[in-house]
Amino acid sequence: MSWRPSASLTIIQQRARIYRQVRAFFEERGCLEVDTPLLSPSTNTDVNIESIKASSLGKTLYLQTSPEFAMKRLLAAGSGSIYQICHAFREGEKGRRHNPEFTLLEWYRIGFDYEQLMDEMECLIDNLSGKSNQYQRISYRQLVLEHISVDIDKVELLELQKKIDSLVPGTRSVELGYDQCLDILISLVIAPEMKGYVFIYDYPVSQAALARVKTINPAVAERFELFYDGLELANGFSELCDSSQQRQRFEGDNNRRLDAGVEPYPIDELLLSALNSGLPECAGVAIGLDRLLMVLLGKESIDQVLSFVD
Amino acid sequence: MASHNTSEFKNGLKIMLDGDPCSIIENEFVKPGKGQAFSRVKIRNLKNGRVLDKTFKSGESVEAADVIDIEMQYLYNDGEFFHFMVPENYEQHAADANAVGECHFWLKAQDIYEVTLYNGTPIGVASPNFVELEVTETDPGLKGDTAQGGTKPATLETGAVVKVPLFIEIGEVLRIDTRSGDYMSRVKK
Repeated sequence: MSWRPSASLTIIQQRARIYRQVRAFFEERGCLEVDTPLLSPSTNTDVNIESIKASSLGKTLYLQTSPEFAMKRLLAAGSGSIYQICHAFREGEKGRRHNPEFTLLEWYRIGFDYEQLMDEMECLIDNLSGKSNQYQRISYRQLVLEHISVDIDKVELLELQKKIDSLVPGTRSVELGYDQCLDILISLVIAPEMKGYVFIYDYPVSQAALARVKTINPAVAERFELFYDGLELANGFSELCDSSQQRQRFEGDNNRRLDAGVEPYPIDELLLSALNSGLPECAGVAIGLDRLLMVLLGKESIDQVLSFVD
Repeated sequence: MASHNTSEFKNGLKIMLDGDPCSIIENEFVKPGKGQAFSRVKIRNLKNGRVLDKTFKSGESVEAADVIDIEMQYLYNDGEFFHFMVPENYEQHAADANAVGECHFWLKAQDIYEVTLYNGTPIGVASPNFVELEVTETDPGLKGDTAQGGTKPATLETGAVVKVPLFIEIGEVLRIDTRSGDYMSRVKK
């Protein structure tokens, strides 16, 4: 294997240019740049995200899958709106669009909801791409309805499995649950048909993650994602501020992890204490910066924008 | 029984699927940020050559296929079987017409081919991308007609018929691209 960089020097310079523009963008908006630890004794409990373990002084530590928990503790401590550019780590994620170590731009805006945050993301991307882009916004339910004629408010698991049999042949659909079926249909059928920048919002509550449930429709959470030509770029929420609901979600995650035969992770009690003491109403989003670079610089593979890969 | 986890998937990996040995020819890792991870793969059935799409959940295991590719020297055809030998240990293997497939057009005694064994039996034979074969039959060459287009059929020592330029003569050795069956050039003896 060559010692030379995986990305060209031009791309490495473009990355630096984009970092400068990101910092100027947030400086102008009064957001504080922060730096939180990559190693923590607790980690994300999401059933579909595996953390990479490390150890120090006899303690198990986890490389953070995103800086979300630590940044929320800063928010609860009164930091005001904050942003961070950092590396994040996810075990086993390797492919044309994935690397186990990747770069996130994550930010939180006090007093914003997810719609205002989507507006700000459009400004940021226009700024970074140096032009005014078209953005489409569509609810998760509408997206699925338009592309594959399935109404997720009514559909039964069996019907979703049949959709997979016809649209994604070669998949053992009987072994898939409701959200797994939707994941496959979105990733392999719907995303490839999506063109340009598309925000998908109001995710099913079963995929709420750390988003607050929508007051007027408890079947969905105020979660959104941004795609470009079907490539997933960002995930954001109107943040869940209720510590007891958050604890229930962590515990629910760990139960699902046990059911799935993967080890449960230590719950971040310090985050729960912070939420308990009071997280201001806010919205937050994480953009995969490497993927955004791929889009802005027209690259097909994440390796082409990373300085070095294994 | 040996098995392969999805994280070991890569092009060329041999796995069992519905009772047949298969080779992975494309593997894409698919994962929504907060969703289930999958491997979407294209797989070639090594017995019938058919290509299929398959989706596996990340972490699933698939039975490994006892398939190996070995370089062997082609010996002769006895009318029913094509006989090959491993040059290192003189071990011989007989491949039927089904295993040899299209490759029989390019089989020349003494030359080296890649033979795919499944449970010790040949199921596929691959020729090199280029082979050199002698012309055994073709219309007389037209002297001086080296620049013009125009082709004629020529039969090669293996029985294959290829299109060649008009100046080619019986007894000349030609370099052939086995992937397309195209004439590439003359070979100086």
